[in-house]
Amino acid sequence: MTRKQRRITLIASAGAILALAVALILTALKDRIVFFRSPTEVQQMAIKPGQRFRLGGLVENASVERAVGQRISFRVTDGNASITVRHVGILPDLFREGQGVVCEGVLHADGSFLADTVLAKHDENYMPREVSDALKKQGHWQGEAKPGEAGGKPK
Amino acid sequence: MIAELGHFALVLALACSAIGTVLPLWGAVREDRALMATARPAALAQFVLLALAFAALTAVYVQSDFSVLNVYENSHTDQPLIYRFSGVWGNHEGSILLWVLILALFGACVALFGRHMPEALRAATIAVQSSIAFAFLLFIALTSNPFLRVFPAPAEGRSLNPILQDPGLAIHPPLLYLGYVGYSIVFSFAAGALILGRIDAAWARVVRPWNLIAWTTLTAGIAMGSYWAYYELGWGGFWFWDPVENASLMPWLTGTALLHSAIVMERREALKVWTILLAVLTFSLSLLGTFLVRSGVLTSVHAFASDPARGVFILLILCLFIGGAFALFAWRGPALAGGALFSPVSREGSLVLNNLFLSAACVAVLTGTLYPLALEAVTGDKISVGPPFFNATFLPLCAPLVLAMPFGQQLAWKRGDLLPVAQRLFVAILVGAGMFVAVLAITRTSEAVAAFGLGVGMFVTVGALDDLRVRASRGAAGTWMRRFVGLPKSVHATAIAHAGVGLMTIGIAATAFHEEKIATMAPGDKAIIGGYELVFEGLRKQPGPNFASTVGRFVVSKDGVALAVLEPGKRTYVGRTMQTSETGRLTRGLGQIYLAIGDAHGASVDVRAYWKPWVLLIWLGPLAMTIAGLISLMDRRLRVAAPSRRKLPAMPEAAE
Repeated sequence: MTRKQRRITLIASAGAILALAVALILTALKDRIVFFRSPTEVQQMAIKPGQRFRLGGLVENASVERAVGQRISFRVTDGNASITVRHVGILPDLFREGQGVVCEGVLHADGSFLADTVLAKHDENYMPREVSDALKKQGHWQGEAKPGEAGGKPK
Repeated sequence: MIAELGHFALVLALACSAIGTVLPLWGAVREDRALMATARPAALAQFVLLALAFAALTAVYVQSDFSVLNVYENSHTDQPLIYRFSGVWGNHEGSILLWVLILALFGACVALFGRHMPEALRAATIAVQSSIAFAFLLFIALTSNPFLRVFPAPAEGRSLNPILQDPGLAIHPPLLYLGYVGYSIVFSFAAGALILGRIDAAWARVVRPWNLIAWTTLTAGIAMGSYWAYYELGWGGFWFWDPVENASLMPWLTGTALLHSAIVMERREALKVWTILLAVLTFSLSLLGTFLVRSGVLTSVHAFASDPARGVFILLILCLFIGGAFALFAWRGPALAGGALFSPVSREGSLVLNNLFLSAACVAVLTGTLYPLALEAVTGDKISVGPPFFNATFLPLCAPLVLAMPFGQQLAWKRGDLLPVAQRLFVAILVGAGMFVAVLAITRTSEAVAAFGLGVGMFVTVGALDDLRVRASRGAAGTWMRRFVGLPKSVHATAIAHAGVGLMTIGIAATAFHEEKIATMAPGDKAIIGGYELVFEGLRKQPGPNFASTVGRFVVSKDGVALAVLEPGKRTYVGRTMQTSETGRLTRGLGQIYLAIGDAHGASVDVRAYWKPWVLLIWLGPLAMTIAGLISLMDRRLRVAAPSRRKLPAMPEAAE
């Protein structure tokens, strides 16, 4: 092969791999990401059952109910609206009533939210930023969140 | 008093770093030996002063001097001594100080052990390294002083975040930083060489050990962090695609690419532009990671508390160094063209392929990490990019890379031939394909991806080690053992590191076969998982030094024979109203039984039990890579101060 052919081979293979990467990324960005919604947004936006999203807010006081077989239900509120969340499993260490929580899952036909993942804060004075923003939007936010102390997952 | 001494040492180090930036650089450019000679004392002084500052901070932590704000916020007299030590870097100010200390350590090492490298390159490198130290010391002095006092001094501290009170935290950050910050010296070498305009195979030889040190420690640090998350968080996961994890993975990907492209540059004087670019990119990604973690734009346990001023400052540092490096690159880049020729199918060609895939994978991770931030800034929409995204982008880009590894290892330089390589890999291909087909058959094709992963992992592991057999069996029969031992250390290291990737692939693919069971168990209840029987015997309270824990007692048995007692627990820390999990784990072969407990309801408790076959391979693989890195470092011709580099026969010089 001549120098030119070698260079063309190199550029072509680099281009092909780059194109592959871009194609994979764009496809994944279309259907492999989940949006964050507050209970108010969920009610306003008429989200279809079966579509994955993250629901965040505060765990409503005195709303946590435990049934047999680790079936748990609680309500997530942003002050204006609240949604019943159903989850099967063990709640994270820092799940508590009146505190911030982020759940990931789908809406059920009856309007409740089926969460397969429940994430709680990992520090006692910490609030997921998405949750504090959503609460601020509803005008129910009094605490001062330090900017860095937000987050979704105990990691 | 100690705190003031530490603060004073910090300010002196700032001054030394300014001197270390200006004088050696001036000397290197004007070829003035006297000025260049200032590099050594300046680099050593920075390190000594920063070590003093760090020792001072450690001292106030050990003494529990709560008149220092940082100690008050992150320590407690009940805290065991080891966590008073590790608390030093378990917070923003202390961890940045550790960051700069390691930066200065690398500068000092170049000053001490870099005698054989060209004087001008050494001076320019130390100058660039000092300038990075200067920027970060200014950052500490202006926004993150760890020695601030509070008045009146509180009687008791607020204690370290309980989740960080674990032996894993004592090792993970320093190890990770050695790698993360270790790339600073590679960056400084690249910038220094660009300033001087001399970039050749000798440069690659000088940089190789530094690159290896950074890569080895980064590999170990990431693996350590992953294992810590696995046993501490109680979810049994080993990688969450958390932005902070990605921040350490990205420099690892480009650093691995750099390690490989530097080989081509060293042997064949090709890929010069690309290698320099990777050196710049790797440290840029380290800086980006520091920015993401420290600025508070991300949400993570690593973020600590921070304020926006810090974020802006780090962003400025980031832009200054990345921008500066690219400007240098644009200035000198055109002069770097050329290099030896090679055919697409050759060792060089395979290393280029490795680089392309690693870079593409890095782009995927970078996009997934930054896209949510960009989208929120532009549209206000909040999204989460999690495992589904990375599984759909990162894994497909890694599959061909891993699959090609054993071939690349055996291809000849300049011009290779695939067919004989494939013939030599016959055994490995057979083992891999056999594994793939067997798993497909057993699972009735329901786990095709896992079967593929297991097959690839087997193929790579066997293929990588088989290379040693092939190389050792060339030549007369009976000399096999001698030839095997006599192979260059870098050949052994390559085989072990590649086998490590294979083992890790097997471990990750095997996660598809993990069993999970969630149950509420009363005393006397039994559960069966992975063929093991768990009997819950009851809960008890157990006090700790600075926490109270609830511990569940489980007896694990198989076929009626009791194997072990596992005691997973939950801890509630004094002074903080938060709980952490302590998992109970029993290792059986390469697998683990993993237990975590949740809420107690009277005498019964929620239990999460896992059987994780082959899970240990996920960390044994990186351990093999770390060992390989150490072996490669011991290679005589690459040793930091190796004399007479040019006389070694095993080293084919670039064809010029």
